[in-house]
Amino acid sequence: MPMAGFEFSRSPLVAAHLAQTLADDSCGALVTFEGWVRNHNEGRCVERLEYEGYEALGLAEGERIVAEAMERFGLLHARCVHRLGVLGLGEVAVWVGVSAAHRDEAFAACRYIIDEVKRRVPIWKKEYYADGDSGWVNCESCGAS
Amino acid sequence: MPRVRVRYFAILREHTGCAAEALDTAAATAGELYRELDGRYRFPRLASLKVAINDEFRDWNSAIADGDDVVFMPPVAGG
Repeated sequence: MPMAGFEFSRSPLVAAHLAQTLADDSCGALVTFEGWVRNHNEGRCVERLEYEGYEALGLAEGERIVAEAMERFGLLHARCVHRLGVLGLGEVAVWVGVSAAHRDEAFAACRYIIDEVKRRVPIWKKEYYADGDSGWVNCESCGAS
Repeated sequence: MPRVRVRYFAILREHTGCAAEALDTAAATAGELYRELDGRYRFPRLASLKVAINDEFRDWNSAIADGDDVVFMPPVAGG
């Protein structure tokens, strides 16, 4: 049975445990991506992030993206988990893992999933800065005008 | 007039001060509903905006019907 899916999580992600769920004797490649909470963005010091999701539509769109990758790259397993809520520096905000017979399709599929998730899944990120200010990424610069 | 539920996320939730509201609207389409609410709330100007009706992406000309659940989505920023 292929493991394929998209999930939201309100608790910390354990990358090693997630990768184990994609194990398969017929796979010669596992490629994973971890998106980490970084301490800076666009020249500002970031102290923590808050993720908010439109969960019903986000799950449906995330599942569509994983299914597209399975089909397009001929994967055996693919999984993506995105955190919601408040995250501290260094925490894993998003995890993508794919396993396939060979590495080429695994690399390409992992890249496809993270790029499409960032572009299409209704998730919003609020940055809290060291100076006490905060803002919604991709929304504030326009909102201020 | 159709009675709809509108839900707000992220910057729009903070701007309106509510996560959801029920309202009677004269709007025939999703776009008209947005303009009606913009008149009340003066939404922040956003680089892009999408709309969902009943948990599916729809276009701005989609008709609004009684009982619909409508979400206006600011630019996303997952990952």
